[in-house]
Amino acid sequence: MSADLDLETSTSDVILRIRGIEVSFGTKHILKGLDLDVYAGEILGFVGGSGSGKSVLLRAVLGLVPKQAGTIHIFGQDYDRASDKLRLRIDQKMGVLFQHGALFSSLTVKENIQVPMREYLELSPKLRNELAEVKIELVGLPADAADKYPSELSGGMIKRAGLARALSLDPDLLFVDEPTSGLDPIGAAEFDELIRSLSNTLGLTTYMVTHDLDSLYSVCDRVAVLRDGKVLVAAPLDEVVAVEDPWIAEYFRGKRSRAAGTAHKGQQKFASQGAT
Amino acid sequence: MLEGSAGRPSEPEDIGFGDAVLTVEKTGKTWTLHGSGAWTMGNVHEIDEALREIEGSHFPAIRVVTNEVDHFDTGGAWLIERLRRVCKARNLPFEHVDGDRRHTELVGVMRPHDRESQERRGIMPRLSARPVEALGRAMVGFFDDFLMGCHLIGASLQGTQMKTGRRGGIRWTSIIHQLDQMGLRAVPVIAVMSFLIGAIIAQQGAFQLKAFGEELLTVPLVGILLLREIGVLLTAVMVAGRTGSAITAEIGTMKMREEVDALQVIGLNPVGVLILPRLIALIIALPILTLLANVAGLAGAIVVSSLYIGITPDQFLQALQANVGIQHLWVGLIKAPFMAIIIGLVAAIEGLKVGGSAESLGRHTTSAVVRAIFVVILVDGLFAIFYASLGY
Repeated sequence: MSADLDLETSTSDVILRIRGIEVSFGTKHILKGLDLDVYAGEILGFVGGSGSGKSVLLRAVLGLVPKQAGTIHIFGQDYDRASDKLRLRIDQKMGVLFQHGALFSSLTVKENIQVPMREYLELSPKLRNELAEVKIELVGLPADAADKYPSELSGGMIKRAGLARALSLDPDLLFVDEPTSGLDPIGAAEFDELIRSLSNTLGLTTYMVTHDLDSLYSVCDRVAVLRDGKVLVAAPLDEVVAVEDPWIAEYFRGKRSRAAGTAHKGQQKFASQGAT
Repeated sequence: MLEGSAGRPSEPEDIGFGDAVLTVEKTGKTWTLHGSGAWTMGNVHEIDEALREIEGSHFPAIRVVTNEVDHFDTGGAWLIERLRRVCKARNLPFEHVDGDRRHTELVGVMRPHDRESQERRGIMPRLSARPVEALGRAMVGFFDDFLMGCHLIGASLQGTQMKTGRRGGIRWTSIIHQLDQMGLRAVPVIAVMSFLIGAIIAQQGAFQLKAFGEELLTVPLVGILLLREIGVLLTAVMVAGRTGSAITAEIGTMKMREEVDALQVIGLNPVGVLILPRLIALIIALPILTLLANVAGLAGAIVVSSLYIGITPDQFLQALQANVGIQHLWVGLIKAPFMAIIIGLVAAIEGLKVGGSAESLGRHTTSAVVRAIFVVILVDGLFAIFYASLGY
């Protein structure tokens, strides 16, 4: 079963296909037949107002929240109909960075990263240690962070450690929930840059739930907007901004957004000047 | 030719794309490592040992060719990077050949943070010194806890406000709420338990005393035992388990979420706000619960006496009045407030010691209950010695 699942994908492939997802809690309908495609190799930014169901969709895709209807295809496989073995294999090709890191508080950073490795891989303790240290270096944590407990880390370091754990099995699809919330602008920019560069070098596909306009401008290839339980538009940012919708107008053309947009354009201009 | 690991049959539950394969070609000038198959996280363990062997042996130069590796991730990249570091440390030539740019880039990612893995272990005490060290730590810990207890009592007296000027009042709403939680809601369990214990003591006493034909002595036996010791001790143990753990968990969670710090910054005395109401509520509730336990225990004894040994409730009460003086009740009851302070303080101390992790919350809650019960029994023993020397 596992041999015919070839996860090598070309760039135009749809790696995550969501069709007609419906989620409701009691009489409250959160998602009403939502469709979304995520293409291999891209960074998709997912935005929506607070309480619009961004996190619910993420949790529904991950199977943490039951959905009433709809299908989810990951790597071309129907996740709900997959055999347990296939599902396990798909799970290993996905990594999740939760909003608050969700590091196990009683384990050190290195042990946190080793949890998935220990569970799924037959690595010798020596090699497992080395690989965990590689991941720690990869996300830009200092080497002495490896033996620290999550309570001894700063907010930015917790996010990085969470990212290292999400990457511990070398996933192809990375889910990131509000990666820059709670970080200062410098730390947030660095984290954006980290996600960008890791996506490039590791060939990751990234699904990023975010509120951060700077992240949308600087790292996302496409932006999907959640409105009234459906995806209103999923396109590159300039096309999204052009859509006539009161919420989009408020979100992307408000004061804060203009500042982020101008700053980004300024940077681009500077970069192009530097190039010529 | 040295075979790394090849041709291992792929088991059905095997995770990965196949095997990681490594073949080594040794010439005088350079060793060429040909890789093929999948060099991924799920497979690299198959060639790790072979590579370590190569790293440990005397080789003139290393050339890694991974053109035929069809799946490659950070696992494989790390192995190549490790080889490079070994070569660099020994000043030997190293070359990595791969036609796929993505592969070489991935190996390159491992490189910029090139630094020697430094030793960063703490000083480990010698094996023989470890028990001594543990004993020393325990003693210092006990002393710290004692100081903390004194501090808590002192800070409680200060009241809720930290700043002078405004007198911090006692929070009656909070106390009433705590009284409901730790007093009223504990009534059923303590009543039932004491009833059963009273019944058991009466039954055992009656059967043993029957041999001497002195069944009536059961009444003073049960009365004195219950009023002086069992009533207050059982209640204290129950409250330590029920309320002490709750206090530790509540204060520990607040500590974990920096709520305690927030109180301090607002200018409130955390001990006055959080611990004082609980202490006062405990000091009020425990004597009342003890009285209740005494009554329930005696009721249990009355029931058993009338069923098993034919002492009617009237006779029982008369014998009780004649043989058991009121001072026995006071001896028991006077211990209750002390037990309450012990339970409250131990729980609060443990709660304030909770660190950042969920594990530490659990550990301190357990230790609060165990320590509170231990100290309660210890203090009960001290009281017994005290009363004996008074001849009371």
